[in-house]
Parts: sequence; structure tokens; C-alpha cells
Amino acid sequence: MQKFTTHTGVGVPLRRSNVDTDQIIPAVYLKRVTKTGFEDGLFSAWRGDPDFVLNQDAYRGGSVLVAGPDFGTGSSREHAVWALRDYGFQAVLASRFADIFRGNAGKQGLVAAELSQDDIEQLWKILEEAPGTEVTVDLEQRQVRAGDAVLRFEIDDYTRWRLMEGLDDIGLTLRHEADIDAFEATRPSWMPKTLPARTADSAEAPAS
Amino acid sequence: MAGTLAEKVWADHVVRRGEGNEPDLLYIDLQLLHEVTSPQAFDGLRQEGRALRRVDQTIATEDHNTPTIDIDKPIADITSRTQIDTLRRNAEEFGVRIHSLGDKDQGIVHVVGPQLGLTMPGITVVCGDSHTSTHGAFGALAFGIGTSEVEHVMATQTLSLKPFKTMSITVEGSLKPGVSAKDIILAVIAKIGTGGGAGYVLEYRGQAIEDLSMEGRMTICNMSIEAGARAGMIAPDETTFAYVKGRPHAPQGEDWDEAVAYWRTLRSDDDAVFDAEVVIDADELEPFVTWGTNPGQGLPLSAAVPAPEDFVDETARVAAENALRYMDLVPGTPLKDIAVDTVFMGSCTNGRIEDLRTFVDVIRGRRKHPDVRVLVVPGSARVRIQAEQEGLDREILAFGAEWRQAGCSMCLGMNPDQLQPGERAASTSNRNFEGRQGKGGRTHLVSPAVAAATAVRGTLSSPHDLDAPSRDGAATAAA
Ligand code: SF4
Repeated sequence: MQKFTTHTGVGVPLRRSNVDTDQIIPAVYLKRVTKTGFEDGLFSAWRGDPDFVLNQDAYRGGSVLVAGPDFGTGSSREHAVWALRDYGFQAVLASRFADIFRGNAGKQGLVAAELSQDDIEQLWKILEEAPGTEVTVDLEQRQVRAGDAVLRFEIDDYTRWRLMEGLDDIGLTLRHEADIDAFEATRPSWMPKTLPARTADSAEAPAS
Repeated sequence: MAGTLAEKVWADHVVRRGEGNEPDLLYIDLQLLHEVTSPQAFDGLRQEGRALRRVDQTIATEDHNTPTIDIDKPIADITSRTQIDTLRRNAEEFGVRIHSLGDKDQGIVHVVGPQLGLTMPGITVVCGDSHTSTHGAFGALAFGIGTSEVEHVMATQTLSLKPFKTMSITVEGSLKPGVSAKDIILAVIAKIGTGGGAGYVLEYRGQAIEDLSMEGRMTICNMSIEAGARAGMIAPDETTFAYVKGRPHAPQGEDWDEAVAYWRTLRSDDDAVFDAEVVIDADELEPFVTWGTNPGQGLPLSAAVPAPEDFVDETARVAAENALRYMDLVPGTPLKDIAVDTVFMGSCTNGRIEDLRTFVDVIRGRRKHPDVRVLVVPGSARVRIQAEQEGLDREILAFGAEWRQAGCSMCLGMNPDQLQPGERAASTSNRNFEGRQGKGGRTHLVSPAVAAATAVRGTLSSPHDLDAPSRDGAATAAA
């Protein structure tokens, strides 16, 4: 996971509340075998509409999504975060997130920043009046800056720390690699080993 | 301090105790992989440029998507084929041992581990599959995990977890003839409910459990997840050691003695305290069968289809109403009058050699009911080979059933073996959810003996019913 301290990119106003994970990415995309390449599924039901915000030139290449309240509700699919990330979003700003979505976002390095709904409205206004305006998400200061506006956002301390350190769950565990090595060194020799491969044809196995 | 079996195995795998509210870091001895839940985990490793930490504690097989006929031809369904091809490519790239379709050690992941002797007492086993609880039959701590966790284990050979609660399930006395491990677990789930085990590791103990073979113990632990439990466990004993000994990956020589000495310590202390306790009387158990759409909706075979009003609890009543509608059953109908279209004998619950022997013992010398399609699917290629050496395949074919290649088959609607909408099955698998065996299919969970008797008579039956006339009066006595 990349370390995240501050990010500046085009803001995309998504004036909708209750954007659930089925809308972020429909179930048909769940049959895939990869963890990347989900950008084509992002908001796929809406992308067909030429007026949809991501289809407008000024917002193309946007990386900061400014959404309505209760973003990411519904199914627990991690694919929703993958799709946003693969499309290029680094941060989602909203006044309320679904818990599981927020948790999944933190695992994948996507900042889910909570602002008051008034501040979200103010950002929408700025981004709609001057499409293509860049938004800065400053995790260190917990600040969002766009145009003249300087707004504060909430994110829990632990997630903020992990994002700033660039630590995903695996990265966190690997900080204790020395402990894992030490534990492994004490394992008895008879513990199961799949390699070198042995099968009933290469060893005497009982017939039951 | 006195401890339960689960606590002992946990304690022996703690790499690092969590401080305060932090989870423990738990070491994982064995990870099993299959094609459905591994691809994104491999992809995650690739993305981050990470290695798979212990390829020598990892093994892969193909089971969920694989067909059970024409296995030498390309898999017709594109999604299935892609998942299988992806697993093969990933296994090659990361150096993971894989047993592919056609290989003698291919089979359902939970049949393959024990049969290779990789599943041992006192180890931790994970797999991206909820029925990983099966391996707890050896006194291992074994549980299913999600894809992100699969990746976590691949990269670190550990998991961050908070300790589970413990529940003892004591099955006292002994089983009557014709009553089996499957009936015990169906009765347990009916008693504690499909959420009764949530957050717990269940430890099965008592005379009836000690009397069971390893196959029977695996059947029980397998379905722990259907009671919502994280895992099921049974303390290892002479039966366990005898099963493991001599298997390809079992410890040998001095290692064996050292291992057994340790394994003998793996039992709950007499004064250990469980967070919950349940007692069941084996003497009273009868063959069990489910009538509804979750594994907790089961009754003794001699009972009748219940009415929604029989349930005091509002949620249970609504669930029963919905289940009866889906199952197209009328309250009051004797369960034994329910006619089935299909009998499925197989899965990681009941697809082992002993299960097949039990099935054949009941059908021996008989013909299947003409209106019933009977599918017999070994849990692994080795089970199939063993069954053929014993001549079971010939008896199965003479009975009029289909004898297939190993795989999950009709346990879930992910490969070509599926129920048609409206079709009704007696199935030795573990889930009777709506559509589990195919869209619109109806499932009654049963033991191998009941599956066999049902295949003979055409209606849900126990072996004791075989001498009675079948549903259309045809003689069913042995020829
Ligand atoms: S047999 Fe059924 S329950 Fe077992 S692993 Fe296969 S699909 Fe899952």
C-alpha cells in the first residue's frame, strides 16, 4: 500500500445519497478472478448516461469523489473499493459511510473522509461552478481544500495512522516478521509439509 | 490453568499476544486452496510484489467447478474454466503443489487434506471455504476464511484473530443401529439452531463421539458451520492416530512417537470451563432429515412435516412458512411419504469411503426406484479408486445409479450437476438452502443410509423400511 499524506486531484461531485455497493459495482463483475481491472464496472449502470458526471470531460480523470450521505451501503463486497481505486479515486468524501465500506476502504488505501453535509454541499457548489477544480485531501492536517474553502474532516486515528504509514493488514503483520520467524524456528519437525510432495503411490498408505 | 482443547491449540499457535484490544497473531500450519476463493489472493500478492511465505505448507486442488463426467474434455462453462486455468497458472507461478482434475490426489479439498495425512491433531488449518471445520475431527483448529485473509496467510502464514468462545457438545450413550454421525449433527443443529454456534468453537465429546470412526467425526465437524460455529473439534485418540499413521505425509519413526506424545495432551482438562454446554442423548436419536430450507429445520424421519403454528417464536414461524412454500410441502404429511426425484450421495460431508460402503450395504442386490435418478460421487479420486478396488462401483452401477468422478458435484450449483427447478432431492451434502443444488431445486439433507433406502423406495426412507412396499407398491426386497 502507498503511503498517503496528501493528495490533490480533480474533484467529482456525485449528488446522490445512499449509493450502495450494487450501484458502485454490480454483482456480475464478481465472477472475475482478478483483484484489479474493476474500473469498467464502476457505477456501470450510470455510465451509459452521457450526462453522468464521470462522462463529462471536465471530471474525467477525477480522483476525489464527493458523494452524498450513506455511501457504500449494502453488500460487503470488497470489489466496490477495488473499482473506485482502479478507476483512479484516492479519496471519497461524504457525510456518512457504511461501516463495512469504510473498513474495506481502509484496507485498500482509499481514504474515506467524513465531512459535515454543509461542507459537502459547499464542495458540490465549487465543483459544479468550476468543473475541473482540484481538491486537496490533506490527511496529516485532516483538511480538505478546494477553491477558497478549507474544511475539516473526520477519520479515525488508527486508520489515519495506517494510511499515512502505508500499512495494509499484511503490512502491519509483517512488522512482526521477526516474531513469526522466531515462532517458526520452534515448530517441531513433524508438522505437516506439503513439499516435497508425497502421495499414496510414493508411500505405504493404509487401505482405509 | 485448566484449558479446553481449543484453547490449548490456540495457545500453542500464538506468535504474538495482542495488547489491550488488539487481536492475537496466530500461526497457521496448513493452508488449503481451491479455484474459487484463491484468485484475488494471488493477484493481491502479485500487486504488492510479495512472495507466498510457505509454499511447503500450502496445497491446492480443483473441486467446486469441476465436472464429474468427461473430465478429459475442456470444461464447457467459461467462468468455471477460467477459474480452474487461473488456479493452475497461479500454482505454477508461485510454486504451489496442485492436484488437478485427472490427478489421483484430486478431490474435494476437505477430503484431500486428511487423506494425504496433512491434517493432523493440534495443527491450525485454514481454507477459503466454510467447511474447513471438517479437519477439526482430528483435534485440529480448522476454520474457513475470506479471500483477504487467504492473501494474509499466503503472505505471512498468520492471521490476526481474537480468541473464539468455546462450547462443549456432549453426546452421551450410544447410537442405535442405522443411526449415524450425520443424524447426530442434524439433531445438534436442530437443537441449537443455525446461529447457535456463532462465535464458538464446538467441541464434540462423550461416548457416542468416541465410538465414531474418523469418517463419522469428519461428518460432524464438517457441519459445525451450519450451526454458525467458527469451528468444530474432537479430541484426538487411538482412532485418530490409527487413521493418520502411515499416510503419505504422516510423521514417521521418532517423529511419529514425538507427535503422538504431544497429541495425547490435546484434550480438554477435566476442570476446564466452557462458555456454553449442550448435552444430547445418543440412545434417543433416530435417522434425521431436513424438511425446510436451512439445516436447522430437521426432524426425525418418523415425524411429519410441521405446521408454521407449531413454532412459538415469530421468526421461526415465518421461516417455516417460507420454507414450506419453497419446499412445496403440506403440514402433517409424514416425512416418509415425500417422494424425491434425485438422490445425491457425495460431498465433503459424506463422500468418503466409509460413506460409500454404508450406502452400498443398503442397496446391495437391489434396484433403484425407477423414477429416481441416483448420483454417487466420490469425494476424491483416491476414494473412487479405493471403491473400485472393493467392487463398490459395480454394485452401484448394478443398482442403476450413476458412478461419477470426484468433486463437489451436486453439493452446490456451480458445476454441471444440478437439480432442475422444482426437482426434489435427498442429499448427503450439508446445505439445503434455496437453490443451493440448482435454481429452484429442493433439498432434504440425509445420511448415506437414508439416501440409499430412499433411492430404493423413492420416498424418504430408512433402511428399516426396506421390506415394506414402495410408493407404488413395487416389491423392493432383495432379489
Ligand atoms: S462438497 Fe460442498 S460443502 Fe464441501 S467444499 Fe464442495 S461445495 Fe463446499
